[in-house]
Amino acid sequence: MNVRLYVLQRASAAVMAPLLLIHLGVIFYASRRGLSASDILARTRGSLFWGAFYATLVVAAATHAAIGVRVVASEWTRWHGGMLEALMWACGLLLAALGLTAVAAVVLV
Amino acid sequence: MAEIAVSLWRGKADGNYQVYRVPQRDNQTVLDVVTWVQRNVDPTLAYRFACRVGMCGSCAMTVNGRPRWTCRTHTAKVVNNGKLEIGPLANLPIIKDLACDLRPFFEKWQKAKGVFSPRLTRQDTIERIVPTTAARLAADAAVECINCAVCYAACDTVRWNADYLGPAALNRAWTLLNDVRDTGNRQRLAAVAATGGCHACHSHQSCQQHCPNALNPTASIAGLKRHTMQAYLRGELE
Repeated sequence: MNVRLYVLQRASAAVMAPLLLIHLGVIFYASRRGLSASDILARTRGSLFWGAFYATLVVAAATHAAIGVRVVASEWTRWHGGMLEALMWACGLLLAALGLTAVAAVVLV
Repeated sequence: MAEIAVSLWRGKADGNYQVYRVPQRDNQTVLDVVTWVQRNVDPTLAYRFACRVGMCGSCAMTVNGRPRWTCRTHTAKVVNNGKLEIGPLANLPIIKDLACDLRPFFEKWQKAKGVFSPRLTRQDTIERIVPTTAARLAADAAVECINCAVCYAACDTVRWNADYLGPAALNRAWTLLNDVRDTGNRQRLAAVAATGGCHACHSHQSCQQHCPNALNPTASIAGLKRHTMQAYLRGELE
């Protein structure tokens, strides 16, 4: 961990915090209203707002988690240098790809 | 006379604890116990001490699993069911018995730019330092470190991360960062912002929990995190 990664991890956490609260609210709303999958898709398909909202959340979460995994690996394994960088990027890109694929599936028409 | 069953670490990293029976006395310190064994049972016992009054920071050992300054720790406080276990400090290579190699500790002190870089020379007039400024108060709150390495031995992050500079070195960097007489802050901030610097700290606070001088290195490290982050955002750090 250096100052660049520290700032990135704190910034991504600051972005995630309000978005996650809204995300939880959306889950409660959808489950308590008994929305079906098609009801939800009807609201999200073609929605620029929900696309941007969840894409931002996915990128922030992927950034935050990848740096965190790098820290854990640096302390709990003998990995260092380029191996840690590769692990961080692989983790971040995988999470971003999976998350953005999911966002595309519910937003794109 | 009452006795204490004292387990002392003997040998190097692959050594083991050996039990000695030591007379228990009033106002007896853990250092007294170790000295008694060396003078009365086994003169080959290796340990380190100098001042015996809590100033030099050389007698720290692991006492019943906790790092402590042994010259200021009374046996009455730590003997448990008539037993006492005394080992070398953790997180440092063992030279022999209770003596550790402190080179990694002091090398990190240097790496954190813990050396005073004066702006004036001895030919200049002594500078008047206002004791009530925020920076001086922050420096004063952290400055009484005696380099005993108790915090270094207590730190989880030091144990997990060989690059981590440790609480004492970062605490020292914090005092100098707040010292108006010092000119080395650009290099110091870069040193503590790099890999293994202040951002590796998880704020577990073992350092302040165990510091015999009741200092709070965690707070000093938090201050370094703030300063380095601000310097980074201003583009003053690479």
